[in-house]
Amino acid sequence: MSETVTAPAYRIIPIIPALKPGAMEGKGPYVANDKIQGALGFPEQLVEDWHDRALAKMGELLGKYRSLKVYMDACVHCGACSDKCHYFIGTQDPKNMPVARQDLMRSVYRRYFTLPGKIFPKLVGARDLTREVLDEWYNYFHQCSECRRCSVFCPYGIDTAEVTMAAREILDSVGYGQKYSNEIIGKVHKIGNNLGLPAAALKDTLEGLEEDVKEATGIDVRFPIDVKGAEVLLITPSADFFAEPHIDSLIGYAKVFHATGTSWTLSSMSSEAGNFGMFIGNYEQLRKIALRIRQAALELGVKRIVVGECGHAWRVAYSFWNTLSGVGDGADETDQFAMMLQKQLDHRYKQPMHICEFTWDMIEQGALSFDKEANDKHIITFHDSCNVARGSSMGGYPGGQFDIPRNIIKTVANNFVEMSPSTTHERTFCCGGGGGLLTDDLLDLRVKGALPRMEVLQQVVDEHGVNFMACICAICKAQFTKVMPIYGFDRKMIGGVHQLVSNAIRLGDKQ
Amino acid sequence: MSTLFAILLYLATLVFVVGTLYRIGVYTRTPAPLKIPTTPAPNTSTGVVLRMTREVLFFESLFKANLWTWGLGWLFHASLALVLLRHLRYFTEPVWGWVAFIQPFGMYAGIIMLFGVTGLEARRLFVERIRYISTPSDHLMLVLFIAIALSGLTMKFLSHTDVVAVKSFILGLMYFDSQPLPVHIGLYLHLFLVALLLLIFPVSKLLHAPGLFFSPGRNQVDDSREKRHISSWARLMESNDTGKAK
Repeated sequence: MSETVTAPAYRIIPIIPALKPGAMEGKGPYVANDKIQGALGFPEQLVEDWHDRALAKMGELLGKYRSLKVYMDACVHCGACSDKCHYFIGTQDPKNMPVARQDLMRSVYRRYFTLPGKIFPKLVGARDLTREVLDEWYNYFHQCSECRRCSVFCPYGIDTAEVTMAAREILDSVGYGQKYSNEIIGKVHKIGNNLGLPAAALKDTLEGLEEDVKEATGIDVRFPIDVKGAEVLLITPSADFFAEPHIDSLIGYAKVFHATGTSWTLSSMSSEAGNFGMFIGNYEQLRKIALRIRQAALELGVKRIVVGECGHAWRVAYSFWNTLSGVGDGADETDQFAMMLQKQLDHRYKQPMHICEFTWDMIEQGALSFDKEANDKHIITFHDSCNVARGSSMGGYPGGQFDIPRNIIKTVANNFVEMSPSTTHERTFCCGGGGGLLTDDLLDLRVKGALPRMEVLQQVVDEHGVNFMACICAICKAQFTKVMPIYGFDRKMIGGVHQLVSNAIRLGDKQ
Repeated sequence: MSTLFAILLYLATLVFVVGTLYRIGVYTRTPAPLKIPTTPAPNTSTGVVLRMTREVLFFESLFKANLWTWGLGWLFHASLALVLLRHLRYFTEPVWGWVAFIQPFGMYAGIIMLFGVTGLEARRLFVERIRYISTPSDHLMLVLFIAIALSGLTMKFLSHTDVVAVKSFILGLMYFDSQPLPVHIGLYLHLFLVALLLLIFPVSKLLHAPGLFFSPGRNQVDDSREKRHISSWARLMESNDTGKAK
């Protein structure tokens, strides 16, 4: 992007901003070309009969997803969600209020699927599906990161993420897909990870990491790949293999496995935890990507599957894997598809397990020890990643996803402070880059969407001298690395929880 | 006029009952293919029952969102419930003890309900964001409730109607033994608006009432790792392939 993107000003008092209609009107992110679309089996460009096909798809989704059907009917326009979206706060565009975003679709639903909308469209705010409406969908449904913050406050639990997913699914079905997400999905199918990192390059990187860690610690910490019969299969976002600061967390996982004597492996065929199928709301894509992990687990014969630091990946793993690919427990005896895998897995452990659950378990068992002072240069705060906070859990009890990462940080470091409680735990703000928006053609939106998090980070920087914001999401890490300098923060302030673990963990010399 | 109102009320009740049951049927039949409970999601069915109870009785999520909307909305709904219960006296003979007991409270509830619904409409008119998202039907819906409350309260406090006759009219409807409805313009208006409300219930946002119980974000148990959850249409994919990525 050539023009300079600047950060919006902090609100002096974080009041609800005034509306700026049309502030974010535009064409939206780059549209996927024919090759990208074709590779996923979507129409290569906008089809001639898009109007009829979009409505047919909408009807199909209304019959397949209770969420969409109920959410289209139940909204009363109470406005509870209207000031809860980070993109609304950052852009002030009224169409970024969750209810207004939903209404982009609800207005069409009312027109074609409800009696009053068919008879009195104006009265109930129903609209014809015109090309302008379709373009508006493309633009504004790519200004939602599917973070679900609005759903926490809705008296009916209406989840805009579900509506955004349905809208994107409809857009894909008429040949109007987003370049960024769909290109990445194509890479996973073809190569096995979002970055398009081939197996040979991956193996090189891992060997390089072994040398680096040996140099830094003097200890042979292994980064095994494609090891049949390993106990644990680690599925981690591919950014962990070479992006900064992600790679420091990967080193942290490897050290935890090393220090606990756990046999583990990565898979070159399935080297991606991320699943952008969720972002585009397409069940088939979501499932197809998830099946790679099933296949790797079956081929390598592993007993446990552990997932690295990645927000939406953990939502997919925790909430959807059992459904999609049978990675989990409790399948019916007659369910051959799931039982094939579930018989192989060790059910003394949760399947799948988050790396933070793994590490915390080991800490609780006394299997790990730390030099906390190694992190004394850091005054740490924790950013709850939206998909972990609102789409999953940890530890087998409600709220475990909040406690466990914090418990780890407090075990490995001395200085920890919380940000404002209106922006953490279930009320956390998205980093501004989630949901398939982590692309440079949306940088302006990403910067504006980060505003509420940056405001409260600034508070703890001013009051407590915070110089490190830990998180457990690859997208958060990439987004903040890019956006924080624009707000005047050092990009090295953002990092993973296992980066802190890595700094402090004692290797080999445990008494 | 009595016959006209009898027909209208029968029709409205029929549309309300059949239409709402039909909607509930649709919600029940539509699968929820993925586990999407929102945080803090309970791990047990008991937890879900408690969560739903808190949502239905206290509007827990709305409380987190906005105190004004919560306060006005809760007052409106709670007093509406009390007012409806108070009206049971027109449907029961002899009147049940507890219905007799709540009569005076129900009367004040009518006033509070009017206050709540007027406050909600004021929000729609004067808060910029809420005005932006309001459709004409959103305003009219509140106006409808205001009019129902006003016409009802008028009969209580200003221009009484013959409530004994009203009761025999309603009991007559219930037992198919037609009785005359007293001639009273306020009563006509009140009954007409209530019939209108019943008629639009199954095709309007009033569906939020049954909808809440079917919202997957709120009614699902968070046990995705412990129990496999799969919809019938998704299961079909598994019989069509080997479960391996292609």
